[in-house]
Amino acid sequence: MKADMSVEIAGIKLRNPVMTASGTFGYGEEFAEYVDLEKIGAFVTKGLSLKPRAGNPIPRIVETPGGMLNAIGLQNVGIDAFIKDKVPFLRTVNTPAIANFFGNTPEEYAQLAARLDEIPEVAGLEVNISCPNVKQGGIVFGTDPDCASDVVAACRAATKKPLIVKLSPNVTDIVEMAKACEAAGADALSLINTLTGMAIDLEKRRPILANITGGLSGPAIKPVALRMVWQVAKAVKLPLIGIGGIMSATDALEFILAGATAVQIGTASFVNPSAAQQIAADMETWLVEHGVSSIKELIGNLQT
Amino acid sequence: MLFKSMILDNAEISPDYWRMRMTAPPEMLSARPGQFVMVQVNQSIDPLIRRPLGIFDVGTQQPDYTGANPLPYLEILYKVVGKGTAMLSALHSNDILDILGPLGNGFQKGEKDEEKLIVGGGVGLAPLYLLAKELVKDSPVRLFAGGKTKDDILCTTEFERLGVECYTATEDGSLGECGLVTQVLEKRLDLLGNKGSIFACGPHGMLKAIAEIGRKRNVPVQVSLEGYMACGMGACLGCVCQGKEHSSETPDYRCVCTEGPVFDATELKWEEN
Repeated sequence: MKADMSVEIAGIKLRNPVMTASGTFGYGEEFAEYVDLEKIGAFVTKGLSLKPRAGNPIPRIVETPGGMLNAIGLQNVGIDAFIKDKVPFLRTVNTPAIANFFGNTPEEYAQLAARLDEIPEVAGLEVNISCPNVKQGGIVFGTDPDCASDVVAACRAATKKPLIVKLSPNVTDIVEMAKACEAAGADALSLINTLTGMAIDLEKRRPILANITGGLSGPAIKPVALRMVWQVAKAVKLPLIGIGGIMSATDALEFILAGATAVQIGTASFVNPSAAQQIAADMETWLVEHGVSSIKELIGNLQT
Repeated sequence: MLFKSMILDNAEISPDYWRMRMTAPPEMLSARPGQFVMVQVNQSIDPLIRRPLGIFDVGTQQPDYTGANPLPYLEILYKVVGKGTAMLSALHSNDILDILGPLGNGFQKGEKDEEKLIVGGGVGLAPLYLLAKELVKDSPVRLFAGGKTKDDILCTTEFERLGVECYTATEDGSLGECGLVTQVLEKRLDLLGNKGSIFACGPHGMLKAIAEIGRKRNVPVQVSLEGYMACGMGACLGCVCQGKEHSSETPDYRCVCTEGPVFDATELKWEEN
């Protein structure tokens, strides 16, 4: 028995709804030993910038109950090295690769979108307006609807490829942000990025992270993410990609019910590098066992 | 490689220091000295991420029942420092662990016949036993084990069985020389006329001192670093250390997991951290 697991996000056909989240899956190649990339729906690269970025001082990560805080600071190889060193691998894999990217100004965002638009191996773009760990490069654009609108409109004008906007949960009203992105031309929304948090070393009386604050991820944030996906799903027409503490097929299916068309696996890939593939397989098993012929039947099918 | 492993033995060899033997796939037998494994302490979400632990030893043992094939095993040496390692120490024979590895780059063997000086501070000894086993095949090997007290000096008998001459130093004088292990190392280097090569693992301060000794005396030093990491395979970028070119203007970060954990000491910046 099989179930139809295929979904479509803004014209990108996914064999199943399981993607990997930016910053947790390198540029794809790092995980090829542990994940059959052709058994997952899509994968998303580490966030790219115009110039390479070295990232934040150390310590950069710390474990917290049911989660972890990170303040990596968007360390990445930059767009030029991405094209030269990472794109050739994308060509070898028959799975859509989504390029995540960020800039310091709407113009930089647009420049990156234009560069990525020219790469045939890139199936779609995910705009990061939600990194909590650098002063620029995201969060300013992710917390003000007008700024978000400017960035999304600039990217929209620069690319014909599917444009996904990744939303921050660190806002008063995520629905307002989602609506602004939809109005500015986004094709899909992914949510949520990490929740800003901190950890303290009592004995040293110091924050544990060099950046003082970091982004909380992992199962601890799942209830918050589910709620936000559910709220946004009711308010916009765009397809949603649910992200936040997904560790199992059960978690992933809950996001689908809440209104997500696809999901992204993040921190779980650190714990188990095969997690994305395993979750996709387990989701199909669940569908078969429950007599559901297509995953599409479950999208937004929450009974309230 | 991801695999399930059954604990064969988990014993406290000194207060807070534990040695665990567990089953491993045959591929583990080709793990290189200096590589590490990521151990998932349990299947719950707390602790969530795996613990990186150096490979102490690999080998095969004969099972108790007759006619069985030799059983490949993996050994780790760890110190109980927090929640994860405390849970690890509470596990028993026949418990199952989920392991990822071997990961990272091992030590370079260095020149044949030259004296190899292995320096371990406390639980820093963890990746050095497998190294000693490899080095004794074609070189004289000496171990310099240091710690605060005699409780921090581990496994010297095992090293002696390999034919390694062991020197110990403790800060309270409860075993061996009273003082720092680096002082004992320098005495040996004086005798050798600054020949040989050094392999070290331990606290950052000890590694920094040894890097400086190597630089002044022009003796090659390889260090194995610890890093706080989530994935062990270069994706989380949490475990970076500072490379030699590092400054706030020109950051030079290296991943401990994929570019290390063993580094040539001259490749790293030692002023900070």
